[in-house]
Amino acid sequence: MTPSMTAQRSRSALGDRIFAGLCRGAGIFVLVLLGAIIVELFIGGLPAFRAFGLGFVWGENWDPVAEEFGALVPIYGTIVTSIMALLMAVPAAFGIAYFLTEIAPMRLRQPVGTAVELLAAVPSIIYGMWGFFVIVPIMARYVQPAVIDTIGELPFIGALFSGPPFGTGIFTASLILAIMIIPFIAATMRDVFHTVPPVFKESAYGLGCTRWEVMWNIVIPYTRKSVAGGIMLGLGRALGETLAVTFVIGNANRIATSLFAPGNTIASLVALEFGEAEADSMKLSALLALGFILFVLSFIVLATSRLMLRPRAGH
Amino acid sequence: MSTSILTTGHSGPAKDQAMARRLGERRKRTDRILLWLALLATLIGLAFLISILATLLWRGLAAMNLTVFTEVTRPPGSGGGLLNAIVGTLIQTGIGTLVGTPIGLLVGTYLAEYSQGTKLGGAVRFVSDILLSAPSILVGLFIYQLMVLPFGGFSGIAGAMALAVIVIPIVVRTTEDMLQLIPSTLREAAMALGAPKWKMVLLVCYPAVRPGLITGALLGVARIAGETAPLLFTSLGNLTWSTDLTQAMSSLPVTIYAYAGSPYEDWVDLAWTGALLITFGVLLINIIARYVLRQRR
Repeated sequence: MTPSMTAQRSRSALGDRIFAGLCRGAGIFVLVLLGAIIVELFIGGLPAFRAFGLGFVWGENWDPVAEEFGALVPIYGTIVTSIMALLMAVPAAFGIAYFLTEIAPMRLRQPVGTAVELLAAVPSIIYGMWGFFVIVPIMARYVQPAVIDTIGELPFIGALFSGPPFGTGIFTASLILAIMIIPFIAATMRDVFHTVPPVFKESAYGLGCTRWEVMWNIVIPYTRKSVAGGIMLGLGRALGETLAVTFVIGNANRIATSLFAPGNTIASLVALEFGEAEADSMKLSALLALGFILFVLSFIVLATSRLMLRPRAGH
Repeated sequence: MSTSILTTGHSGPAKDQAMARRLGERRKRTDRILLWLALLATLIGLAFLISILATLLWRGLAAMNLTVFTEVTRPPGSGGGLLNAIVGTLIQTGIGTLVGTPIGLLVGTYLAEYSQGTKLGGAVRFVSDILLSAPSILVGLFIYQLMVLPFGGFSGIAGAMALAVIVIPIVVRTTEDMLQLIPSTLREAAMALGAPKWKMVLLVCYPAVRPGLITGALLGVARIAGETAPLLFTSLGNLTWSTDLTQAMSSLPVTIYAYAGSPYEDWVDLAWTGALLITFGVLLINIIARYVLRQRR
């Protein structure tokens, strides 16, 4: 081996070490980033956790004047709006995915699929504005009065649909959230349904199954776990959504029985009250502590979703 | 409908013609009902999209004129435009993309080319996927703690960094997915010619998937251009003209948020115009990203 060849060898070996090191370093940076987010939120929230202990999670008060803070109401609002949004969004998203994979004529699949994906790309603040100026008046004028006068009169479940028709409130926030996460869940379900080997479906069709029977007996059992993962992904979105909710939830720190009553979520409370929180105040610490709780909630949901969705190709 | 239809065929509904017909009709009816329900769900979904776009056009075009692009925001009742917000969004989105894309590209390359089977690779992929879906408001709070509090105030650069954090996982995901589409024969050919691995990645793999990489960056831009929550805690918004990165900086989404919730009619009108701009901008970038990717296939 000539000296120049050796030099070239060692130069490319050096290049390899540098590039591999850069890539690896960037990978480690991502790990550090997530760790830093957790740590910063926890450190910021520490004074509130210290002052109120576990009571912070169970406390119902949110009184900046008396410096008493409890997270129960926004935690309740976050979970209730997200679950209700899922209940509305999952059947609709499933219908869209079913339509896009089994029913729609080939020529329609691409444009309708793209339209659904574009719906997912609309910024969340637009959903908030649209909800506030278009959906809230419809709810206040038509939907809520009608529901309050009918279902609201029934015993027991009537309590869920009582009170004045503000238009804003927990229910409207859930509806806007549902509209926001439908395209996410629908797109995931469609992609997951496409992973079913065609020969399975063809065999079932060959036996004389209807489209629905193929869907229910072949596609769903085959993709059950990934579908659940996609739904969890939608739930993760709903938990942390800020602007769409802030516009329409009515912002009141109390737990009401009626779904038409105003409420708040962790994200909406943080977004609305942050402007009035001074540096080093207990209020700022309480808001950061809320952020930490939201992080823990979303982490659990997103990690579950990741474990349920099939590992990506090649791994 | 249950699996019994599939498994009990041998007992033969054919023995009883009337029963077979009833069963067949019931199955067809179920199929038809669900077909209509699925169609209904799709139509409702499309109706939402149309309603949003129509509302944006209707309300947004009402206040659209040249001063929107030539004048900065003014107090209510005295006209004004959105120039500072538009420029602020361009600056912060631009820096965010420029910072986030290379990091995301390297991470994606690490996952696709270097991490096979390692524990670190699995952890990085998992964490990147968590970041991809983590609430953006938390990224805002994180940068607030990291950059705004210690350095004495809201700043455009803090906003840009929050957006960069959001871009990284988007680019990671597309880069890894795209690199994995490359047939291994292409890599082997480069290696067989004696190319070191870094040259193979930079000169063979990247060019082979260039449209995919561009799509990843564009999707990142489209995502952060409309982000509001992270900017509320970092660049805050600024009602005057400012391109100073160390000062609070205006942005379209934050201005829309402030104006839409205000009681002044002309501000609400401007908010709609801003909403129209940002939505059609974001949708256009999305469509371009798709087009770039489809060119190759």
